[in-house]
Amino acid sequence: MSLYVARSSAVAARALEGEMIVMSTRDSTLFTLNEVATEIWQAADGRTPLEEIVERSICVKFDVEPAAALRDAEECCRKLAAHGILLVSEQPIVPGA
Amino acid sequence: MSLLDHINDKTARLGVPFNVQLDLTYRCNENCVHCYLDHGGGGEMDTSEVTGVLHQLADAGTLFLCLSGGETLLRPDFLDIVRTARSLLFNVTLKMNGILLTERDAECLAGLAVSQVHISIYSHRPEVHDAITRVPGSFDSSLNAIRLLVRHGVRVRIANVLMRENIADYRGVQALAAQLGVEARIDPTVTPALDGDPSPMSLRIAIPDLQRVFRDPAVVKDVEKFCAPPPADAQPGGDYPCGAGINGCYISPSGDVMPCIAFPLVCGNLRRQRFGDIWRESELLGQIRGTRIRDLPKCRECVNVASCTRCPGLAYLSGDMLGLSLLDCEKAYARTGLLPLPLTGSG
Repeated sequence: MSLYVARSSAVAARALEGEMIVMSTRDSTLFTLNEVATEIWQAADGRTPLEEIVERSICVKFDVEPAAALRDAEECCRKLAAHGILLVSEQPIVPGA
Repeated sequence: MSLLDHINDKTARLGVPFNVQLDLTYRCNENCVHCYLDHGGGGEMDTSEVTGVLHQLADAGTLFLCLSGGETLLRPDFLDIVRTARSLLFNVTLKMNGILLTERDAECLAGLAVSQVHISIYSHRPEVHDAITRVPGSFDSSLNAIRLLVRHGVRVRIANVLMRENIADYRGVQALAAQLGVEARIDPTVTPALDGDPSPMSLRIAIPDLQRVFRDPAVVKDVEKFCAPPPADAQPGGDYPCGAGINGCYISPSGDVMPCIAFPLVCGNLRRQRFGDIWRESELLGQIRGTRIRDLPKCRECVNVASCTRCPGLAYLSGDMLGLSLLDCEKAYARTGLLPLPLTGSG
Protein backbone atom coordinates (compact mmCIF):
# COMPACT_ATOMS: atom_id res chain seq x y z
CA MET A 1 0.00 0.00 0.00
CA SER A 2 1.29 3.47 -0.92
CA LEU A 3 1.97 6.07 1.70
CA TYR A 4 1.29 9.76 1.21
CA VAL A 5 3.21 12.45 3.05
CA ALA A 6 2.51 16.14 3.62
CA ARG A 7 4.21 18.86 5.58
CA SER A 8 2.43 19.80 8.82
CA SER A 9 0.87 23.27 8.75
CA ALA A 10 2.41 23.97 12.15
CA VAL A 11 6.02 24.21 11.03
CA ALA A 12 8.44 26.87 9.91
CA ALA A 13 11.19 25.87 7.51
CA ARG A 14 14.10 27.27 5.54
CA ALA A 15 16.87 25.72 3.48
CA LEU A 16 20.38 26.50 4.66
CA GLU A 17 23.38 25.28 2.71
CA GLY A 18 21.56 22.25 1.29
CA GLU A 19 19.93 21.12 4.51
CA MET A 20 16.41 21.96 5.59
CA ILE A 21 15.89 23.56 8.99
CA VAL A 22 12.44 22.80 10.32
CA MET A 23 10.89 24.14 13.51
CA SER A 24 7.66 23.07 15.08
CA THR A 25 5.70 26.24 15.80
CA ARG A 26 3.78 24.39 18.50
CA ASP A 27 6.73 23.81 20.81
CA SER A 28 9.76 25.35 19.02
CA THR A 29 11.47 21.99 18.62
CA LEU A 30 14.12 22.38 15.95
CA PHE A 31 15.23 19.80 13.39
CA THR A 32 17.77 19.75 10.61
CA LEU A 33 17.02 17.36 7.77
CA ASN A 34 19.78 15.66 5.83
CA GLU A 35 19.84 15.77 2.04
CA VAL A 36 17.61 12.73 1.58
CA ALA A 37 15.03 13.86 4.15
CA THR A 38 15.11 17.34 2.59
CA GLU A 39 14.23 15.84 -0.82
CA ILE A 40 11.27 14.03 0.72
CA TRP A 41 10.23 17.13 2.67
CA GLN A 42 10.24 19.29 -0.43
CA ALA A 43 8.22 16.78 -2.43
CA ALA A 44 5.74 16.05 0.38
CA ASP A 45 2.64 17.54 -1.21
CA GLY A 46 0.12 15.04 0.16
CA ARG A 47 -0.79 13.89 -3.34
CA THR A 48 2.32 12.16 -4.66
CA PRO A 49 2.83 8.61 -3.31
CA LEU A 50 6.02 8.24 -1.29
CA GLU A 51 7.08 5.45 -3.63
CA GLU A 52 7.00 7.90 -6.54
CA ILE A 53 8.90 10.55 -4.56
CA VAL A 54 11.58 7.98 -3.75
CA GLU A 55 11.87 6.80 -7.35
CA ARG A 56 11.87 10.28 -8.83
CA SER A 57 13.90 12.25 -6.31
CA ILE A 58 15.93 9.86 -4.17
CA CYS A 59 16.95 6.96 -6.40
CA VAL A 60 17.99 9.18 -9.28
CA LYS A 61 19.86 11.70 -7.20
CA PHE A 62 21.54 9.36 -4.74
CA ASP A 63 21.91 6.24 -6.91
CA VAL A 64 20.29 3.82 -4.45
CA GLU A 65 18.25 0.67 -4.93
CA PRO A 66 14.49 1.50 -4.91
CA ALA A 67 13.26 -1.11 -2.40
CA ALA A 68 15.90 -0.22 0.19
CA ALA A 69 15.42 3.47 -0.41
CA LEU A 70 11.68 3.17 0.10
CA ARG A 71 12.13 1.27 3.37
CA ASP A 72 14.51 3.98 4.65
CA ALA A 73 12.18 6.74 3.44
CA GLU A 74 9.19 5.20 5.21
CA GLU A 75 11.16 4.95 8.44
CA CYS A 76 12.34 8.55 8.09
CA CYS A 77 8.79 9.78 7.42
CA ARG A 78 7.36 7.93 10.40
CA LYS A 79 10.02 9.48 12.65
CA LEU A 80 9.22 12.96 11.36
CA ALA A 81 5.51 12.23 11.80
CA ALA A 82 6.13 11.20 15.40
CA HIS A 83 7.58 14.67 15.96
CA GLY A 84 4.50 16.25 14.39
CA ILE A 85 6.28 17.96 11.52
CA LEU A 86 5.13 15.59 8.74
CA LEU A 87 1.77 13.95 8.12
CA VAL A 88 1.73 10.34 6.90
CA SER A 89 -1.36 8.61 5.58
CA GLU A 90 -2.40 5.69 3.45
CA GLN A 91 -4.75 8.09 1.61
CA PRO A 92 -3.89 11.32 -0.22
CA ILE A 93 -3.79 14.21 2.24
CA VAL A 94 -6.01 17.18 1.52
CA PRO A 95 -4.47 20.52 2.63
CA GLY A 96 -6.11 21.87 5.79
CA ALA A 97 -7.96 18.62 6.43
CA MET B 1 26.01 23.84 22.26
CA SER B 2 22.33 23.58 21.33
CA LEU B 3 21.16 23.01 17.76
CA LEU B 4 19.86 26.58 17.69
CA ASP B 5 23.26 27.94 18.82
CA HIS B 6 24.91 25.86 16.11
CA ILE B 7 22.54 27.22 13.47
CA ASN B 8 23.00 30.77 14.72
CA ASP B 9 26.76 30.35 14.40
CA LYS B 10 26.36 28.94 10.92
CA THR B 11 24.07 31.75 9.74
CA ALA B 12 26.48 34.32 11.19
CA ARG B 13 29.36 32.68 9.33
CA LEU B 14 27.38 32.53 6.10
CA GLY B 15 25.91 36.01 6.50
CA VAL B 16 22.29 34.84 6.35
CA PRO B 17 19.69 37.24 7.84
CA PHE B 18 18.11 34.48 9.90
CA ASN B 19 16.34 36.71 12.46
CA VAL B 20 14.38 39.74 11.31
CA GLN B 21 12.07 42.12 13.14
CA LEU B 22 9.63 43.93 10.89
CA ASP B 23 7.65 46.75 12.48
CA LEU B 24 4.38 47.15 10.62
CA THR B 25 3.44 50.50 12.12
CA TYR B 26 4.65 53.03 14.68
CA ARG B 27 1.06 54.01 15.44
CA CYS B 28 -0.11 52.87 18.86
CA ASN B 29 -3.22 52.93 21.01
CA GLU B 30 -1.09 53.15 24.12
CA ASN B 31 1.22 55.97 25.12
CA CYS B 32 3.81 54.24 27.26
CA VAL B 33 6.09 56.35 29.43
CA HIS B 34 9.20 54.52 28.22
CA CYS B 35 8.38 54.28 24.51
CA TYR B 36 11.33 54.83 22.16
CA LEU B 37 9.40 55.14 18.90
CA ASP B 38 8.61 58.17 16.76
CA HIS B 39 4.87 57.67 16.35
CA GLY B 40 4.48 60.35 13.74
CA GLY B 41 7.26 59.67 11.34
CA GLY B 42 8.06 57.92 8.13
CA GLY B 43 4.81 56.45 6.85
CA GLU B 44 4.09 52.78 6.36
CA MET B 45 4.63 50.29 3.57
CA ASP B 46 1.29 49.14 2.18
CA THR B 47 0.14 45.54 1.96
CA SER B 48 1.73 44.82 -1.39
CA GLU B 49 5.03 46.41 -0.33
CA VAL B 50 5.09 44.34 2.87
CA THR B 51 4.23 41.22 0.87
CA GLY B 52 7.14 41.95 -1.46
CA VAL B 53 9.47 42.39 1.50
CA LEU B 54 8.35 39.06 2.99
CA HIS B 55 9.15 37.27 -0.27
CA GLN B 56 12.57 38.92 -0.38
CA LEU B 57 13.28 37.88 3.21
CA ALA B 58 12.26 34.28 2.50
CA ASP B 59 14.60 34.26 -0.51
CA ALA B 60 17.39 35.66 1.66
CA GLY B 61 17.02 32.81 4.17
CA THR B 62 15.15 34.43 7.06
CA LEU B 63 13.45 31.88 9.30
CA PHE B 64 12.59 33.83 12.46
CA LEU B 65 10.29 36.76 11.75
CA CYS B 66 9.01 39.04 14.49
CA LEU B 67 6.13 41.30 13.48
CA SER B 68 5.92 44.21 15.84
CA GLY B 69 5.08 47.91 16.15
CA GLY B 70 3.49 50.22 17.38
CA GLU B 71 0.37 48.20 17.78
CA THR B 72 0.21 45.68 14.97
CA LEU B 73 -3.54 45.24 15.32
CA LEU B 74 -4.08 48.84 14.19
CA ARG B 75 -3.33 47.68 10.64
CA PRO B 76 -6.47 46.40 8.94
CA ASP B 77 -4.30 44.08 6.82
CA PHE B 78 -2.53 42.61 9.85
CA LEU B 79 -3.99 39.11 9.53
CA ASP B 80 -3.37 39.09 5.78
CA ILE B 81 0.29 39.90 6.44
CA VAL B 82 0.56 37.12 9.03
CA ARG B 83 -1.13 34.74 6.58
CA THR B 84 1.40 35.61 3.87
CA ALA B 85 4.29 35.22 6.31
CA ARG B 86 3.12 31.80 7.39
CA SER B 87 2.55 30.69 3.79
CA LEU B 88 6.24 31.51 3.25
CA LEU B 89 7.05 29.24 6.21
CA PHE B 90 8.49 31.89 8.54
CA ASN B 91 8.52 31.15 12.23
CA VAL B 92 6.32 34.10 13.20
CA THR B 93 6.38 35.82 16.58
CA LEU B 94 4.00 38.71 17.18
CA LYS B 95 4.39 41.60 19.59
CA MET B 96 1.31 43.54 20.59
CA ASN B 97 -0.64 44.98 23.49
CA GLY B 98 -3.71 43.06 22.34
CA ILE B 99 -6.22 45.75 23.29
CA LEU B 100 -8.05 45.35 19.97
CA LEU B 101 -7.74 41.57 19.73
CA THR B 102 -11.04 39.80 19.01
CA GLU B 103 -12.11 36.19 19.38
CA ARG B 104 -11.92 35.87 15.59
CA ASP B 105 -8.34 37.24 15.57
CA ALA B 106 -7.28 34.72 18.21
CA GLU B 107 -8.90 31.88 16.29
CA CYS B 108 -7.22 33.01 13.08
CA LEU B 109 -3.76 33.32 14.70
CA ALA B 110 -4.17 29.83 16.14
CA GLY B 111 -5.09 28.49 12.70
CA LEU B 112 -2.06 30.16 11.17
CA ALA B 113 0.17 28.47 13.75
CA VAL B 114 2.08 31.55 14.80
CA SER B 115 4.89 30.56 17.12
CA GLN B 116 4.20 32.92 19.98
CA VAL B 117 2.49 36.20 20.83
CA HIS B 118 4.27 38.58 23.18
CA ILE B 119 2.01 40.91 25.14
CA SER B 120 3.39 43.63 27.42
CA ILE B 121 2.17 43.54 31.00
CA TYR B 122 3.95 45.91 33.36
CA SER B 123 2.36 44.94 36.65
CA HIS B 124 -0.18 42.62 38.22
CA ARG B 125 -1.81 45.78 39.60
CA PRO B 126 -4.09 47.42 37.00
CA GLU B 127 -3.40 50.93 38.29
CA VAL B 128 0.38 50.52 37.89
CA HIS B 129 0.10 49.00 34.40
CA ASP B 130 -2.37 51.66 33.24
CA ALA B 131 -0.17 54.46 34.63
CA ILE B 132 2.71 53.18 32.44
CA THR B 133 0.60 52.77 29.28
CA ARG B 134 -1.31 55.96 30.11
CA VAL B 135 -4.50 54.26 28.89
CA PRO B 136 -7.13 53.53 31.54
CA GLY B 137 -8.46 50.00 31.22
CA SER B 138 -5.50 48.78 29.17
CA PHE B 139 -4.56 46.18 31.80
CA ASP B 140 -7.97 44.52 31.58
CA SER B 141 -7.95 44.63 27.77
CA SER B 142 -4.46 43.11 27.47
CA LEU B 143 -5.35 40.43 30.01
CA ASN B 144 -8.47 39.63 28.04
CA ALA B 145 -6.35 39.23 24.89
CA ILE B 146 -4.06 36.79 26.70
CA ARG B 147 -7.02 34.73 27.84
CA LEU B 148 -8.49 34.66 24.31
CA LEU B 149 -5.20 33.51 22.81
CA VAL B 150 -4.63 30.86 25.46
CA ARG B 151 -8.17 29.58 24.98
CA HIS B 152 -7.40 29.06 21.29
CA GLY B 153 -4.11 27.32 22.01
CA VAL B 154 -1.75 30.15 21.03
CA ARG B 155 1.43 30.32 23.06
CA VAL B 156 1.75 33.65 24.84
CA ARG B 157 4.64 35.33 26.57
CA ILE B 158 4.15 38.24 28.93
CA ALA B 159 6.85 40.83 28.24
CA ASN B 160 7.57 42.67 31.48
CA VAL B 161 9.84 45.69 31.05
CA LEU B 162 11.22 46.70 34.42
CA MET B 163 11.34 50.37 35.40
CA ARG B 164 11.40 52.38 38.57
CA GLU B 165 7.58 52.50 38.42
CA ASN B 166 7.09 48.72 38.48
CA ILE B 167 10.25 47.21 39.92
CA ALA B 168 8.32 46.01 42.98
CA ASP B 169 5.84 44.08 40.87
CA TYR B 170 7.74 41.57 38.77
CA ARG B 171 7.03 38.66 41.09
CA GLY B 172 3.36 39.59 40.97
CA VAL B 173 3.53 39.51 37.17
CA GLN B 174 5.16 36.09 37.31
CA ALA B 175 2.39 34.81 39.57
CA LEU B 176 -0.18 36.28 37.20
CA ALA B 177 1.51 34.56 34.26
CA ALA B 178 1.46 31.22 36.06
CA GLN B 179 -2.21 31.71 36.81
CA LEU B 180 -2.88 32.43 33.11
CA GLY B 181 -0.76 29.48 31.97
CA VAL B 182 1.73 31.60 30.04
CA GLU B 183 5.43 32.40 30.17
CA ALA B 184 6.70 35.69 31.61
CA ARG B 185 10.03 37.26 30.66
CA ILE B 186 11.40 40.32 32.39
CA ASP B 187 13.60 42.84 30.64
CA PRO B 188 15.40 45.59 32.52
CA THR B 189 16.40 47.39 29.31
CA VAL B 190 15.05 50.89 28.79
CA THR B 191 16.65 52.61 25.81
CA PRO B 192 16.88 56.16 24.52
CA ALA B 193 14.28 57.06 21.90
CA LEU B 194 15.17 56.29 18.30
CA ASP B 195 15.50 60.02 17.64
CA GLY B 196 18.22 60.14 20.31
CA ASP B 197 16.05 61.62 23.09
CA PRO B 198 17.60 60.19 26.28
CA SER B 199 14.64 60.98 28.57
CA PRO B 200 13.27 57.37 28.77
CA MET B 201 16.59 56.43 30.40
CA SER B 202 15.56 58.23 33.60
CA LEU B 203 13.03 55.42 34.12
CA ARG B 204 15.61 52.64 34.25
CA ILE B 205 16.03 50.75 37.48
CA ALA B 206 18.93 51.46 39.84
CA ILE B 207 21.95 49.17 40.00
CA PRO B 208 21.07 47.71 43.45
CA ASP B 209 17.65 46.71 42.06
CA LEU B 210 19.33 45.21 39.02
CA GLN B 211 21.63 43.21 41.31
CA ARG B 212 18.63 41.97 43.29
CA VAL B 213 16.74 40.90 40.15
CA PHE B 214 19.77 39.14 38.67
CA ARG B 215 20.17 37.14 41.88
CA ASP B 216 16.52 36.21 42.22
CA PRO B 217 16.09 32.47 41.49
CA ALA B 218 12.48 33.21 40.54
CA VAL B 219 13.85 35.15 37.56
CA VAL B 220 17.21 33.56 36.74
CA LYS B 221 17.31 29.76 36.52
CA ASP B 222 20.99 29.37 37.33
CA VAL B 223 22.03 32.41 39.34
CA GLU B 224 25.51 31.08 40.05
CA LYS B 225 26.27 30.60 36.36
CA PHE B 226 24.55 33.81 35.25
CA CYS B 227 26.40 35.96 37.78
CA ALA B 228 29.76 34.18 37.65
CA PRO B 229 32.67 36.54 37.11
CA PRO B 230 34.58 35.76 33.92
CA PRO B 231 37.93 33.97 34.31
CA ALA B 232 40.71 36.38 35.27
CA ASP B 233 42.71 35.47 32.17
CA ALA B 234 39.77 35.81 29.74
CA GLN B 235 40.77 37.55 26.55
CA PRO B 236 38.54 39.57 24.23
CA GLY B 237 37.72 37.19 21.44
CA GLY B 238 37.19 37.25 17.73
CA ASP B 239 33.44 36.96 18.09
CA TYR B 240 30.94 39.47 16.78
CA PRO B 241 29.64 41.82 19.48
CA CYS B 242 26.10 40.55 18.71
CA GLY B 243 23.96 39.34 15.82
CA ALA B 244 22.78 42.80 14.72
CA GLY B 245 23.65 43.15 11.05
CA ILE B 246 25.41 39.79 11.16
CA ASN B 247 22.56 37.28 11.03
CA GLY B 248 19.70 39.58 11.94
CA CYS B 249 18.27 42.98 11.23
CA TYR B 250 15.36 45.32 11.73
CA ILE B 251 12.96 46.84 9.20
CA SER B 252 10.94 49.93 10.05
CA PRO B 253 7.33 50.50 8.89
CA SER B 254 8.59 52.75 6.11
CA GLY B 255 11.09 50.16 4.90
CA ASP B 256 14.31 51.43 6.48
CA VAL B 257 16.73 48.55 7.07
CA MET B 258 18.79 48.80 10.25
CA PRO B 259 21.01 46.33 12.11
CA CYS B 260 18.51 46.08 15.00
CA ILE B 261 15.60 47.98 16.55
CA ALA B 262 18.07 49.15 19.22
CA PHE B 263 20.63 50.11 16.57
CA PRO B 264 18.92 52.80 14.43
CA LEU B 265 21.60 53.11 11.77
CA VAL B 266 19.75 53.25 8.44
CA CYS B 267 21.56 51.06 5.90
CA GLY B 268 19.03 51.30 3.06
CA ASN B 269 15.35 51.53 2.25
CA LEU B 270 13.16 48.82 0.76
CA ARG B 271 11.06 51.26 -1.22
CA ARG B 272 14.14 52.08 -3.27
CA GLN B 273 16.30 48.98 -3.02
CA ARG B 274 15.87 45.24 -2.79
CA PHE B 275 16.57 43.63 0.57
CA GLY B 276 19.30 41.36 -0.77
CA ASP B 277 21.16 44.29 -2.27
CA ILE B 278 21.09 46.23 1.00
CA TRP B 279 22.06 43.17 3.02
CA ARG B 280 24.99 42.29 0.79
CA GLU B 281 26.24 45.68 -0.33
CA SER B 282 25.63 48.22 2.46
CA GLU B 283 28.94 49.76 3.50
CA LEU B 284 27.54 50.40 6.98
CA LEU B 285 26.65 46.75 7.43
CA GLY B 286 30.09 45.88 6.11
CA GLN B 287 31.63 48.09 8.78
CA ILE B 288 29.61 46.33 11.50
CA ARG B 289 30.61 42.91 10.14
CA GLY B 290 34.23 43.93 10.22
CA THR B 291 34.12 44.60 13.98
CA ARG B 292 35.05 42.00 16.56
CA ILE B 293 34.99 42.28 20.34
CA ARG B 294 38.80 42.57 20.41
CA ASP B 295 38.45 45.69 18.21
CA LEU B 296 36.45 47.65 20.80
CA PRO B 297 39.01 50.06 22.24
CA LYS B 298 37.22 50.78 25.50
CA CYS B 299 35.86 47.30 26.13
CA ARG B 300 38.73 44.98 25.32
CA GLU B 301 40.55 45.79 28.58
CA CYS B 302 37.42 45.50 30.75
CA VAL B 303 37.28 42.86 33.47
CA ASN B 304 33.82 41.84 32.28
CA VAL B 305 34.57 41.66 28.54
CA ALA B 306 34.21 37.89 28.35
CA SER B 307 30.69 37.87 29.77
CA CYS B 308 29.31 41.31 28.90
CA THR B 309 26.19 41.52 26.72
CA ARG B 310 27.25 44.86 25.25
CA CYS B 311 24.70 46.29 22.83
CA PRO B 312 26.41 48.05 19.90
CA GLY B 313 23.18 49.91 19.22
CA LEU B 314 23.20 51.55 22.63
CA ALA B 315 26.84 52.45 22.07
CA TYR B 316 25.86 53.97 18.72
CA LEU B 317 23.08 55.96 20.39
CA SER B 318 25.68 57.21 22.88
CA GLY B 319 27.68 58.57 19.96
CA ASP B 320 30.23 55.86 19.15
CA MET B 321 29.43 52.50 17.59
CA LEU B 322 32.75 51.13 18.91
CA GLY B 323 32.38 52.80 22.28
CA LEU B 324 30.73 51.98 25.55
CA SER B 325 27.18 50.97 26.21
CA LEU B 326 26.95 52.23 29.78
CA LEU B 327 23.68 50.39 30.39
CA ASP B 328 25.49 47.15 29.66
CA CYS B 329 28.43 48.20 31.83
CA GLU B 330 25.86 48.50 34.64
CA LYS B 331 24.32 45.14 33.82
CA ALA B 332 27.70 43.42 33.70
CA TYR B 333 28.60 44.93 37.08
CA ALA B 334 25.22 43.92 38.53
CA ARG B 335 25.88 40.36 37.41
CA THR B 336 29.54 39.80 38.19
CA GLY B 337 30.18 42.31 40.95
CA LEU B 338 33.34 43.37 39.09
CA LEU B 339 33.47 47.10 38.56
CA PRO B 340 34.10 48.04 34.89
CA LEU B 341 36.39 51.01 34.36
CA PRO B 342 33.67 53.34 33.04
CA LEU B 343 31.72 53.00 36.30
CA THR B 344 34.71 53.91 38.41
CA GLY B 345 34.77 57.39 36.96
CA SER B 346 38.24 56.89 35.50
CA GLY B 347 37.23 55.08 32.33
